Amino acid sequence: MKAFNPDRRRLLQAVGASATLAGAALLPAPGFAAAARPRRLGRVVVVGAGFGGATAAKYLRKWSGGAIEVVLIERNREFVSCPTSNEVLSGNREYESIVHSYDGLRKHWGIKVVHASVTAIDAERRRVRTDSAGEFAYDRLIVSPGIDFNFGAIAGYDDKAQESILHAWKAGPQTLALRKQLVDLADGGTYLLSIPKAPYRCPPGPYERASQIAHYFKTQKPRSKIIVLDANDQIISKGKLFSAVWQSDYKDIIEYRPGWNVTEVDAANRTVTSEIGDRERGDVLNLVPPQAAGRIARDAGLVNANDRWCAIDWITLESTAASHIHVLGDATLSAPLMPKSGHMANQHGKAAAAAIVEILSGRTPQPTLMANTCYSLVDDRRAIHVDSVHRYDPEKKAPIVVAGSGGVSSAPSVEEGLFTRAWARNIWSDVLN
Amino acid sequence: MKTFFALAGLLGCAGALAAEPPPAAPFPYFVANCFNCHGTEGNTKSAIPAIAGRERAYLEATLKAFKDGSKQATIMHQLAKGYTDEEIAVLADYFSRQR
Ligand SMILES: Cc1cc2nc3c(=O)[nH]c(=O)nc-3n(C[C@H](O)[C@H](O)[C@H](O)COP(=O)(O)OP(=O)(O)OC[C@H]3O[C@@H](n4cnc5c(N)ncnc54)[C@H](O)[C@@H]3O)c2cc1C
Ligand code: HEC
Repeated sequence: MKAFNPDRRRLLQAVGASATLAGAALLPAPGFAAAARPRRLGRVVVVGAGFGGATAAKYLRKWSGGAIEVVLIERNREFVSCPTSNEVLSGNREYESIVHSYDGLRKHWGIKVVHASVTAIDAERRRVRTDSAGEFAYDRLIVSPGIDFNFGAIAGYDDKAQESILHAWKAGPQTLALRKQLVDLADGGTYLLSIPKAPYRCPPGPYERASQIAHYFKTQKPRSKIIVLDANDQIISKGKLFSAVWQSDYKDIIEYRPGWNVTEVDAANRTVTSEIGDRERGDVLNLVPPQAAGRIARDAGLVNANDRWCAIDWITLESTAASHIHVLGDATLSAPLMPKSGHMANQHGKAAAAAIVEILSGRTPQPTLMANTCYSLVDDRRAIHVDSVHRYDPEKKAPIVVAGSGGVSSAPSVEEGLFTRAWARNIWSDVLN
Repeated sequence: MKTFFALAGLLGCAGALAAEPPPAAPFPYFVANCFNCHGTEGNTKSAIPAIAGRERAYLEATLKAFKDGSKQATIMHQLAKGYTDEEIAVLADYFSRQR
């Protein structure tokens, strides 16, 4: 073994260097005559450049040494991060800081980024159609479309009502619009947030949002109140930690009502009604509707679990409904205790990239470990986390939380506030650069 | 060692290495579980420390200390418990070789 070391070291250096060589061929060190050009392993088309899809695109290029061609199709011109968008609502962060360019994926990784909407997937002919950029053939397809909303679950939440009653559960224009509603709210006004039954995107997200807005009210509008109507029967993530902060810091601001499922809204009177006929009024209504896999997944016949989510094989992340199509992120039927988070979608992206590199190289993909972390900022400085490590269980055919791994913070801390901001910067870079 | 074989396989030019190519072992893809916090390949300048290019023995000892609870942390003591000692050795080896 030892005799190989010098060559291997050079090999490693070549691999390290490739990270900075825009999707270029891995340059052989002297003596690697046969490896001047990368093999062509095939073409992967990725639908959706969010946390899942953009990560998969980057790691397909990286781990194939540029041998897999990647076309990444995304309808938005820029990446707008949901993580830390709650801080924009409270005024603790600039909107510009959550908006990121796709140029890094083009320049550093040689990915063809196409801005268009995918309108159809032809699984038989292995082609996708777009609204404005023609068709693309693939050897493997990755679909990471995130979620779409079921507005129909709340009577009266129609197109007209959606103009003034926001969800802000996809970061972007709605984030800014909700911030404006909060700024325009008179001191003494009420902000009402409704949370759908789990599963939904980002379990701790609504509680973080309530905390952020409570911090804004406490410092800027001390007479204002927050009503949280939760369709779940308790705080479903970091419950003890959020309750403790609300009790100690936001006692007179946040009123939390578990088991309160909003089924109707009267937009004109700013009133919501529950399934058992309770009513509540607010000046700013922020209704987060129930969710399902993004529309294109449904249109392509990939939604096969509870009429909402896409079931997948947990080694390859390939759809159980269609071959050669892999589904990632929020759109999947989550494995046990696996949240719909950006961190998890990033892990899905890596797992799918690894599996596809192995498959296209003629090897058998192996299950890989995955981990999750969700940080939540409870004010302008302190944060808390929940984390878990998931190992594939061959009997259950799913990634299962490793016994004894993971947990939550002992208490909110400034240190974790700093780690949260570092996490955001580092994961954005890991996804996009 | 494992890492070396894997990278050779990854390059698709293992045959060029020697007359007898080493058997292909899979690349330890799980090392990327650390990239989202510690930066791609462990490189970052942030409150979360960089782990690329740190001494292998330090990385291994630190991860094991997180795992057995003898080293205090906000989160690493919980994450490290998800990995076997063999996996910790692979992680330490891998990140010690990054720059
Ligand atoms: C307020 C809030 C706070 C959050 N905080 C955190 C957090 O702190 N940590 C964390 O880990 N997660 C957090 N999340 C969750 C995280 O944002 C999601 O889990 C993550 O974005 C899921 O990634 P994805 O790839 O599945 O979907 P997305 O990131 O939503 O990406 C899907 C992409 O596909 C595109 N797309 C969809 N359909 C098409 C089509 N037909 N054609 C072309 N493009 C298409 C969309 O435009 C979008 O860009 C938060 C979410 C919210 C709402
Ligand atoms: C959720 C973010 C997160 C993930 C994922 C993560 N780390 Fe960490 N890591 C941290 C933080 C934060 C610290 C600082 C110690 C603490 O408070 O936990 C740290 C500290 C460390 C240290 C100590 C560094 C030093 O300077 O002493 C090592 C080693 C380490 N991590 C290795 C890893 C490895 C290997 C992985 C992947 C298996 C990993 N980490 C995954 C957040 C993370």
